[in-house]
Amino acid sequence: MNRTELLLLQAKKKILILDGAMGTMIQRYGLGEDDFRTPELATVKKSLKGNNDLLSISRPDIIREIHSEYFKAGADIIETNTFSSTSIAQEDYGLQHLAYTLNLQSARLARQTAIEFTDLTPDQPRFVAGALGPTNRTASISPDVNDPGYRAITFDQLAEAYREQVRGLLDGGVDLLLVETVFDTLNAKAALYAIQEVYDERDIQLNPEDGGIPIMVSGTITDASGRTLSGQTTEAFLISISHVPLFSVGLNCALGAKELRPYLKVMAEEAPFLVSVYPNAGLPNEFGAYDQGPEEMNSQVEAFLKEGWVNILGGCCGTTPDHIRIIARTASKYAPRKLKTEQVEN
Amino acid sequence: MQLQQKSNDVLKLSGLEPLVFTPEINFVNIGERTNVTGSKRFAQLILNGQYDQALEVALDQVRGGAQILDVCMDEGMLDGEAAMVKFLNLIASEPEISRIPIMIDSSKFHIIVAGLKCVQGKGIVNSISLKNGEEEFVRQAKTVKRFGAAVVVMAFDEKGQADTYERRIEICKRSYDLLKNTVGFNPQDIIFDPNIFPVATGMEEHRTNAVDFFRATRWIKQHLPGAKVSGGVSNVSFSFRGNNPVREAMHAVFLYHAIKHGMDMGIVNPTMLEIYDDIPKDLLERVEDVIWNRREDATERLLDFAETVKSSGKKAKIDDEWRSASIEKRIEHALVKGIVDYVIEDTEEARVHFGDPLKVIEGPLMDGMNVVGDLFGEGKMFLPQVVKSARVMKKAVAYLEPFMPKAGDVNFDSENSKIKKILLATVKGDVHDIGKNIVGVVLACNSYHIIDLGVMVEADRIIDEAIAQKVDIIGLSGLITPSLDEMVDVAAEMERRGLNIPLLIGGATTSRIHTAVKIDPVYSGIVVHVTDASKSVPIAGEAINEATKAAYKAQIKATYQELREAHEAKQEIKQMIAFEAAVRNPTVLEWDYFVPVTPKSLGITTYETLDLTILREYIDWTPFFSTWMLSGKYPKIFDHPLIGEEARKLYTNANAMLDRVIAENWLSAKAVVGLFPVQRTGEDVVIDKAYTGGDLKMFHFLRQQGKKGKGVPNRSLVDYIHPEQTDYLGCFAVTAGIGIEEKLEEFAKDHDDYSDIMLKALADRLAEAGAEYLHGLVRKELWAYAPDENLSNEDLIRENYHGIRPAPGYPACPEHSEKRTLFDILQVTERIGISLTDSFAMYPTSSVSGFYFGNPESSYFGLGKIGEDQVADYARRKGIKKEQAERLLSPNLAYTPKLTLLEKV
Repeated sequence: MNRTELLLLQAKKKILILDGAMGTMIQRYGLGEDDFRTPELATVKKSLKGNNDLLSISRPDIIREIHSEYFKAGADIIETNTFSSTSIAQEDYGLQHLAYTLNLQSARLARQTAIEFTDLTPDQPRFVAGALGPTNRTASISPDVNDPGYRAITFDQLAEAYREQVRGLLDGGVDLLLVETVFDTLNAKAALYAIQEVYDERDIQLNPEDGGIPIMVSGTITDASGRTLSGQTTEAFLISISHVPLFSVGLNCALGAKELRPYLKVMAEEAPFLVSVYPNAGLPNEFGAYDQGPEEMNSQVEAFLKEGWVNILGGCCGTTPDHIRIIARTASKYAPRKLKTEQVEN
Repeated sequence: MQLQQKSNDVLKLSGLEPLVFTPEINFVNIGERTNVTGSKRFAQLILNGQYDQALEVALDQVRGGAQILDVCMDEGMLDGEAAMVKFLNLIASEPEISRIPIMIDSSKFHIIVAGLKCVQGKGIVNSISLKNGEEEFVRQAKTVKRFGAAVVVMAFDEKGQADTYERRIEICKRSYDLLKNTVGFNPQDIIFDPNIFPVATGMEEHRTNAVDFFRATRWIKQHLPGAKVSGGVSNVSFSFRGNNPVREAMHAVFLYHAIKHGMDMGIVNPTMLEIYDDIPKDLLERVEDVIWNRREDATERLLDFAETVKSSGKKAKIDDEWRSASIEKRIEHALVKGIVDYVIEDTEEARVHFGDPLKVIEGPLMDGMNVVGDLFGEGKMFLPQVVKSARVMKKAVAYLEPFMPKAGDVNFDSENSKIKKILLATVKGDVHDIGKNIVGVVLACNSYHIIDLGVMVEADRIIDEAIAQKVDIIGLSGLITPSLDEMVDVAAEMERRGLNIPLLIGGATTSRIHTAVKIDPVYSGIVVHVTDASKSVPIAGEAINEATKAAYKAQIKATYQELREAHEAKQEIKQMIAFEAAVRNPTVLEWDYFVPVTPKSLGITTYETLDLTILREYIDWTPFFSTWMLSGKYPKIFDHPLIGEEARKLYTNANAMLDRVIAENWLSAKAVVGLFPVQRTGEDVVIDKAYTGGDLKMFHFLRQQGKKGKGVPNRSLVDYIHPEQTDYLGCFAVTAGIGIEEKLEEFAKDHDDYSDIMLKALADRLAEAGAEYLHGLVRKELWAYAPDENLSNEDLIRENYHGIRPAPGYPACPEHSEKRTLFDILQVTERIGISLTDSFAMYPTSSVSGFYFGNPESSYFGLGKIGEDQVADYARRKGIKKEQAERLLSPNLAYTPKLTLLEKV
């Protein structure tokens, strides 16, 4: 049985657990500028501190340790440390030329950790999702209020950057691709377009049922307006990305579990794919930090599980291995959401 | 039958908000004023770089009721790609416009691709076609699919534009097959434009243009599952340019019939559309004659009439005539026609006339809106027109508002000193607020303080506001069907958050029964359905008044409980239509164009021995593998990573056994075929008595009763038999199981289960192969309606031939006892030795029997659930008791029959 078949089988059996936040964990190490530099980067003028994706090559020990923590907490799937590893996002540090390498190394690192843990617990196989972040630019919103027709990034530029990222992640051996924190659906469509192109050139099936590498998409509802940053309702977002036979679709970031409820309900009712959710640890406090504890998040998340809305569950900003441990235990008591099917005439 | 993902069964589009083509959607209007080839003004604005004003045009379209926006920049003097990108980027910044899906319209594919890169929603590409051959078509379709858009396909191929019915359906079928099979396009995302061409041009070949479009539309909807039909309506009246009264009438008539034939969406200019019922009878008759090509002189007669309309200025005269009618009639006319010009003066006149602003609202204004609602329901008014009517209504209501008595007025009648608050909202996903606004006005003048949250209000906001403002009542409104579910959600959220505020439900699609069955059970507070604005006042009063509240709640909850119980029994039939209605919605065949073919060999033909070496070539191996629980298509199954090797082994063993079956005569195969003249009577088919030894023998068929989408028929096999004339029907039985017992006994002695299953599986396959082979013989020789057919086994498996062979007990005719009649007529047992058990199973089991329908339009389908009315009718036709029929049809019953002891039946 190959990795995709194994994953599909696991998804039928249980609610799959994703990992929690990377940034929150990195903060705990209290790293300095030096930690973000390899010998090759010693001469770079700009400050690199805060470019967390670099740690995959400068301090792989830390990233591996964080991955391990989440696996120990019960995660089935961990995300690669590549949220900002596109040439577009790295341009802020002048490191656009490193994009491919970052993805390749991060994927390898995560994969090694996954293999180690699969060997430890063969009845719980572990998987790696290659994370594709939204970049820091929007393809359908103008950054200039006086020139609404202007765009800081085009579809073609995004697709080009995502192609490079996808190649790096696949070469590093990821089991899935995760287009996440989608605040502008056009950015996500560019990512999906790039994935389709790379799959085509490598002869990889698009549909996981045909043995293809599964694709997950996770959107972000920005606030109580119930819309993405680019203005779409949850259902409109879902329709806009349903042309690809996805493994899962869902929501993450921006809101805590309680606030996500009405939008997750739409996903659970309408999505023809598995449904994922990985909320923040509540809403940020006045200092921008997340202080919702594991118990509180757990009780909010359990409300979704009771409704039978979820197939894949994890945490976003502010969540830690303690959060994942408790929600993993809770999730094991509930059955995964059933895909809605109906009989039709041939 | 197959399992399919629920959400792939309708067309779904999106802008910032979803547009879902549910079966309830009547017709989707595409706004086209943002098309440089269609609008001189828009072209001028774009050429001058006046994009701000161009955006206003788009906004007007949306506000005028457009549900999809067509954008086209194909203009010789323009950099089309740059203009497309700029305009779409600007639209993306206007949420009121980008709310709806975009149709990217260009004849240049590079402009389409540039457009696709600018829209975040799921739009429509307009268009691609087979104009430059299959290769380009497939390539472009793949690109569209990769971007995730739906696509309009023009009925155009290498030979040019389709201008006849036959060419239209041929090109659409070919395009559909390529999109579905080669490209893997979701059929729901395929939209055909089968070319609307002008009629009454004076050219002989244009006479059938409208009829051909209607026929092609119906054909597409019946034969290309999922596909949609669109078109530009104004083309049809091209020859009457400059004569708007005639053009408007032609558009209305054309659209009225096109929608009935299954047209889903199109480009219609709402200002160029008359209301079907308002077309003067003399003009209507002439337009219908032209559209339907009903008379030789239809065009001349319409032209003559057009002259009089034009020259006498009759249109202008008609326009003024309504002004001299009574005040009630004038208000109704203004509402139905959406004329705002006189609304203020008429409303003022009515206010003085009735002496009470409320009476104006509940009298002529509401009456007028009811007329609008009825016309809309009958498909005689379209959404853009209704939106215009609503504007007139709002204007009138707004004018009356200052005249309404208010709290604090001297003459204000208030029993309660404390003013109660009522929160009103149109629920999420719905923009209709006429009813809600009327209720608001009526309640406001009865001393309530109204907090109106407007339209598209999320559940959370309703509840948050209700708590913050300490309201006494929440009123929810909605007009479209999805709002019903949304109201349930709001009620459930209210319950979850522990509210106990009375909830009023109102709006066109709401009903007492829906409120009772769906909303009341999820909310423990008072829930009341309000039929109209006038009822809202007493209900609100009782729900709030401390003295009556408790009793009222108990009474209303009890009433709804009763309604629920009464409803429960009928619940399943809800999604069904009456049998009578199903009979009126049959598969429509083009009998005028089809003459039944008389079979060459009428009567019964017996085949004593079918050659197994021939049958072997006809085997469909895929079901053989699924018998062995290996699922996959032959021969692709051999490449399957998991089961491929096992499949190959099995296949080798099967062929080895087949060799012996043939060489050692383990089995023999026999068949009998009968081809008979028949007469259809209603839902039955009577066999010509000359072939039944003088006995009255007939077959009884069943009709689908599920609620179907627009243009989709409720099928019955009987539809494939000519309704009046003599037609022909075939029956057959074939077996490949003769001699199998002896071998099976041998295997049993050896406890050889593998060979036992293998031989049975092979015998089954041979019987099926025999049926396939026999069907070919019938088509080419016995009936000979397709003497030149020459198909490979693969084509046979895909059923790429004309005619079908449904078997009693299978989805299209699931009632097994019909086999009895079939066996009697063919003398199956006597001739080839298959017998029927008491429960109508065939023995030997490796046998197949069924009907032959020769009509080229015939196709397989599943009956699905049927209602009690059809069962009663079926029992009557078959001459059996209803209880007996219920037993025979039990898997197909949509209801639970009363328990009866079988002995008593």
